[in-house]
Amino acid sequence: MSEFFRMRDIVKQYQMGDELQTVLKGISLDIQSGEFISILGPSGSGKSTLMNIIGCLDVPTSGEYILRGRAIADLSPKQLAEIRSREVGFIFQSFQLLPRVNAMRNVELPLVYAGVPARERSKRAEAMLERVGLEDKLYHYPNQLSGGQQQRVAIARAIVTQPTLLLADEPTGALDQANGKAVLGLFKELNEEGHTIIMITHDLNNARQASRVVNILDGLLLEEAV
Amino acid sequence: MGISSLYMLRENISMSLSNIINNRLRAFLTTLGIMIGVTAIIALITIVQSVTTEMTEQFTALGASNVNINASGTALKRGLNPSDMQTLLNIENVAGISPNISLTLTVATETGWEEEATVEGRNEHYFASENVVERGRAINPIDTESINRVCLIDKTLMKSLFYGIDPLGKQISISGISHTVIGVLASSNMDLMRQAQGGRDNGRIIVPYTDAMKLSGTQNITSMVVYLKDSSLAEETIKKLEHALDTAFNFKENSYFVFNMQSLVDTMNTVLDMMTALLAGIASISLVVGGIGIMNMMLVSVTERTSEIGLRKALGAQPKHIQGQFLIESFILSVIGGIIGAFLGVGLSALFCNIMDAKFTISWSAISLGVFFSAAVGIVFGWAPARRASNLNPIDALRSM
Repeated sequence: MSEFFRMRDIVKQYQMGDELQTVLKGISLDIQSGEFISILGPSGSGKSTLMNIIGCLDVPTSGEYILRGRAIADLSPKQLAEIRSREVGFIFQSFQLLPRVNAMRNVELPLVYAGVPARERSKRAEAMLERVGLEDKLYHYPNQLSGGQQQRVAIARAIVTQPTLLLADEPTGALDQANGKAVLGLFKELNEEGHTIIMITHDLNNARQASRVVNILDGLLLEEAV
Repeated sequence: MGISSLYMLRENISMSLSNIINNRLRAFLTTLGIMIGVTAIIALITIVQSVTTEMTEQFTALGASNVNINASGTALKRGLNPSDMQTLLNIENVAGISPNISLTLTVATETGWEEEATVEGRNEHYFASENVVERGRAINPIDTESINRVCLIDKTLMKSLFYGIDPLGKQISISGISHTVIGVLASSNMDLMRQAQGGRDNGRIIVPYTDAMKLSGTQNITSMVVYLKDSSLAEETIKKLEHALDTAFNFKENSYFVFNMQSLVDTMNTVLDMMTALLAGIASISLVVGGIGIMNMMLVSVTERTSEIGLRKALGAQPKHIQGQFLIESFILSVIGGIIGAFLGVGLSALFCNIMDAKFTISWSAISLGVFFSAAVGIVFGWAPARRASNLNPIDALRSM
């Protein structure tokens, strides 16, 4: 397996009023291509900040982050957007679907920003919705779908650009057990298809679905549990 | 612009439209300012232009092909003599010259009298150029040459002096000198003008100008109308007339005054153009106010859609994509406002022209001006909100979800 990314001594500080708050206190983490890893930690541990940095939504205050051979620290907002567009698929706890457009249009959205022509977009969006088992709900609006179905639309949206990395922030947090299980099952399948997956969660049972679990507490990575 | 930018543009337009449709009421209220501004600009310009056209036509009908000369003359030469007249008549493009002598005299018949009738001295050129005789005959060269005591009367005098009698061939006394009525004048614009100026219409009577000079006891002609063959050459002809007059009055300043209806029309048009610009300027203030309204709504919209912006950024949207989306939205909003305003403005001016009985002409320049300005307002006032949206930090944007 090749190296997917390498993090060295990542520090992230926020200015909160007069106070300088250090959210990440020196995180080093290596991930290989094709891994499925869970980042486990309670709320306030800095795991969302870590995820934002991994997903190139944010840049670290100091430290080295090299994603697929590319140093992230000095990139412009435009270049970061290009990396997000090409490399990363985000999955959020609250799905984050656009409420006024149907499932197809939601899934097409990342392709719009990637500059894919309209016909190609709908072809790929349809294929992805089929992949997550929603071939009969293509033109449903988010409010016509159940939570589990909405999260599957969100997963289809995350994988439609064929990103190398799937980044999921509490993907089962808003789902009941059955749907949560289905989503995790889908993750395993996608991992077997070659996607590198990083899942952030506070639930140990969910975390154990991954092949590797990393604990984060108070801005520091602890021992990697098995 | 690459292919992908074109996809983006189409995508942005459809996103903006769906967003506007989803916020119909708010979008309508926001564009109201633009709508009113464009309506005002178009209505004002169109109405002023219609009125201008109308007035120009009326003034031209009053005689754009005439040049009026007022020659008060000098201390040595008080007015023009017949040989000067002949010189003027020989000038190129001059169709004829009629002296214009106007007196107020008492006229009487056996059946009535009028103490303050307007007595005008004219010659055959006056009748050749203006369609004024309703019945009978006009004054001919022999009448002026031999100072025949003949006259034409208007409808007012016909009523007051010859009520119920055919006036043709009857005698009429002007300042005690008997004249034969040879014709009746048709009603003209001039009559209306006289009535509009107020006062009683005492009636109008035309005699050969030589006769009028006798009646008034003057030797010189101080006022005349020059009829032009081609009114478009008025300016050049006026120059030649002025040269001849300069010669006649020995280049003495202020000895004469040349006046053409066309130059009055030109002056009037200049004034009306300035007025149009002024009115449109005032109306465009409301466009600016409308633009501020749009900016306000777009800023609210950016705040409301912070998490949507964050999501789009997470999905790979670059700052320029987000900026384009919001800019196009404000552009579409104000252009829609501008187009509705254009319809309202045209409707309003059509209504106004109908009420004022003026001829209505659609002013395409006003419409394109209004729509162009509304588009410009959309871009100018949409810039700051779009900029703000594009600069939102995706983390802050996502955190607000």
